[in-house]
Amino acid sequence: MATSLRCFLRSGKRAGLVAAQRGFSRSSAAAVQVNVRDALNQAMDEELERDERVFLLGEEVAQYDGAYKVSRGLWKKYGDKRIIDTPISEMGFAGIAVGAAMAGLRPICEFMTFNFSMQAIDQVINSAAKTYYMSAGLQPVPIVFRGPNGASAGVAAQHSQCFAAWYAHCPGLKVVSPWNSEDARGLLKAAIRDDNPVVFLENELMYGVPFEMSEESLSKNFTIPIGKAKVERQGAHVTLVSHSRFVGLCLDAAAVLAKEGVDCEVINLRTIRPLDVECIEGSVMKTNHLVTVEGGWPQFGVGAEICARIMEGPAFNYLDSPVTRVTGVDIPMPYAKILEDHSLPQVKDIIFSVKKTLNV
Amino acid sequence: MKTMLAIISNALCRITGKNAGARVVVSRSLSDFTPQATFDIKRCDLHGLEAGPPVRAELTREQGLQYYRTMQTVRRMELKADQLYKQKIIRGFCHLYDGQEACAAGIEAAINPSDHLITAYRAHGFTFTRGVPIKEILAELTGRKGGVAKGKGGSMHMYAPHFYGGNGIVGAQVPLGAGIALACQYQGNNQICVTLYGDGAANQGQIFETFNMAALWKLPCIFVCENNKYGMGTSVERAAASTDYYKRGDFIPGLRVDGMDVLCVREAARFAADHCRAGKGPIVMELQTYRYHGHSMSDPGVSYRTREEIQEVRSKSDPISMLKERLLGNNMASAEELKEIDIQIRKEVEDAAQYATSDPEPPLDELCNHVFASSPPLEVRGTNPWARLKSVS
Repeated sequence: MATSLRCFLRSGKRAGLVAAQRGFSRSSAAAVQVNVRDALNQAMDEELERDERVFLLGEEVAQYDGAYKVSRGLWKKYGDKRIIDTPISEMGFAGIAVGAAMAGLRPICEFMTFNFSMQAIDQVINSAAKTYYMSAGLQPVPIVFRGPNGASAGVAAQHSQCFAAWYAHCPGLKVVSPWNSEDARGLLKAAIRDDNPVVFLENELMYGVPFEMSEESLSKNFTIPIGKAKVERQGAHVTLVSHSRFVGLCLDAAAVLAKEGVDCEVINLRTIRPLDVECIEGSVMKTNHLVTVEGGWPQFGVGAEICARIMEGPAFNYLDSPVTRVTGVDIPMPYAKILEDHSLPQVKDIIFSVKKTLNV
Repeated sequence: MKTMLAIISNALCRITGKNAGARVVVSRSLSDFTPQATFDIKRCDLHGLEAGPPVRAELTREQGLQYYRTMQTVRRMELKADQLYKQKIIRGFCHLYDGQEACAAGIEAAINPSDHLITAYRAHGFTFTRGVPIKEILAELTGRKGGVAKGKGGSMHMYAPHFYGGNGIVGAQVPLGAGIALACQYQGNNQICVTLYGDGAANQGQIFETFNMAALWKLPCIFVCENNKYGMGTSVERAAASTDYYKRGDFIPGLRVDGMDVLCVREAARFAADHCRAGKGPIVMELQTYRYHGHSMSDPGVSYRTREEIQEVRSKSDPISMLKERLLGNNMASAEELKEIDIQIRKEVEDAAQYATSDPEPPLDELCNHVFASSPPLEVRGTNPWARLKSVS
C-alpha cells in the first residue's frame, strides 16, 4: 500500500493529491507533504528574507501572484521594490536583470516559460554566462533564470520545448533541473546563493504534485549542492538516468520491472551542467547497462552527452550493451492528445527500452 | 400583415430548418426596409496625419446583415469553445475573442480576400473571417483530424490562404507581418498585410525594430494594435510608459479608433489600406476594444479588473448590440429577422460542435508528417532507438 502510494507520488500524477487528502500518515515524526510549487515559493521567500539584494522580476510575478502561482504572496509581503512586474519584454528585462546582477544585486529573473527565454537568450549567454570569463574574474553575474521548461499538456509546438540541452551546451552557465519538492527547494536556494548565472528548469506538470519532505529539508539553510546527482532507487541490473518529471516515470517503470525480476537503479540528475558523470559511471560499473530518459529531442541532447561522456571514461569497458536513449520524438509537439501522448516517453517506452537493452 | 408573414416565416424555418422563412421576409424588404443609411461615427485621433478617415459611414442593409452575421457567429463560436473547454474537450491554451468581434469583422470588410493578415494567439475570430469554416476551427480546438491543421496545431496555430495564424510567441508575428508586406511590395501585386498585436505585445522590442524597417522601406503594412486594456493580468498603465499606442510608431502615422464600432473599424481600415496601397508606407491603427473573457481559459479575468467594468462594457459598448440598434433603429432589418439569424447561427455552431466532438483524432501515422516541405520521405526517431517512424512532406 505504502509502496504503491509512493509510486503514485513519484510518477507525478495528480492522484498524489488524493493520497494527501486521505490523511497520508507521516512515515517519520517530522515528514510533511509539500508540493513543488510551495517548495519553490518557500525557498524564494526565505532567500528574499535572508538577503536584501535578492529580488524577483518577470511577467505577472507580483500582483497576479505568478502565472502559475509560484510567487503567490511574495508581492504582498515584500512590495514593489523586491517583486517587480515587467511588461512583455523578455530581451529587455533579462538584460536589465543581468545588469542589476553586475552592479551588486542578486536577481531572480522569471521567464513565464522557457520558450519565451529564446527571445532573451543573447542576454543569458552573452551577457550572463560569458562575462566572468571575459573579464578574467573581475565581473561575476549572480543571477537565477527560472521558469517552467518542457512540455505541459496540450500547449502545442511553440510552448512545449525543452531547453536543457540548449543551455547546458554553454560554459559559464549552471543548469539545474529539479524533480521533486526537495530538489526544488534545495536547488533553488543553492542557485540563489550561487555567485554564477544559474538556469533553473522547472516543470509545470510537477507544480501541483506533493512530496514528503523531511524536517532537515525544510530547514532554512537546506541547500542541495549543484552538480551532484541523487540515486533515487538502488538496483543491480540496469541504470536509468533522468531529470525532471521523467524521474518519476523511471521509478514507475522500475516498479513494474521489479515484478518481472529486473532490478533498476534510478538516478535523478538534479543538475544538467555540470553533469555528475562520476555518479553515472559508478552506477554503470555496477549494473553494466545504461538507459537515459528525457523529454527533450534526441539530437545533441542530454542523453547524447551522457553517451559520449560514458564512452570517454572508465565505465565504457563495463557496458554489456550500447547505451539506450529514451527521448521525445524528433518532431515539433503536436496538439491533438493522442499525438501528444505519443510524442513523449511513456512508462511503457522505458520498460520496452530496458528490456531491449538487457536483451530480455 | 407583417406579423402574419413573420409567423409564417418562423414556422417555415422550423419545419425546413433552412432559411426559407427568411426569404419570405426578405422579399418584402425591398419595399419595407431602408436599403441604405449613413451613420455618424467617432472621429479618430490622428498622429502624423493631416486628415483621417471619414466621420460618416454608409451602410447598406446587406452589409449590415453580413457584419451582424459575422460578429454573431464569432461570438457564438467563442462561447461554444468556452463550454467545450470547461468540459475538457478542448485542452491547453484557449484565448477567447468575445467582445472584440468588431475588429475582425470591420477589418475584413475593408480589405480584399487577396490581402494578407496575421495575428497573435487570440485568433479564432480572424480564422473565421479569413475563410475557415466554423467546424474546422472547432475541430482544430478539439484536436481532431478534420481540424484546419489536422489537429496538430491547436488553438494558436490555425492557417489559411493569406492568413498566417495564430502565433504563440507574443510579438513575433509583427516582423512576420512586415515580411509578408515586403513580399507584396517585391511582387508588385498591390496587396497589403494587416499585422495585429495587442497592448501587451506593444512593449516588445521586435515591434520597434519592425516599425523602423517598415518605415524605411515603405512596406505596405497596417500595424493594428488591439488594445483591450490588459496584457494578461497587467493593465496598460502598469505596462507602458505611454499608452498612446497609435503614436508609438513615432515616425509612422497612426490612428486611434473605436474598436467596438464595426463601422469605425471599417472606415479606419479602408483609410489605412488606401494609405498603404498609395505607396506611402506603413501605418499604425490602435483599436480600442475589450475582451469579456479573461486572458485565457485559465484566467478568471476578475483578479485585475472588476465585474462591474466588464458588465458596463457589455451593456454600453457591445459591438453586436451597437450594430443591431442601428439596423433596427433605421428600419434596415426587423427584430424577427435578426432573431432568425441568431437561431440559424446557433444551429450552425451546434452542428460544428457536434462534428468537432465526434470526428476522430488524427491517426498515429500522421505523427511525424510535415517536418519538411518538398522532401522525400524521411525516417524520424521515435522515443527509443528501435522506433523508426516515417515522415512525409
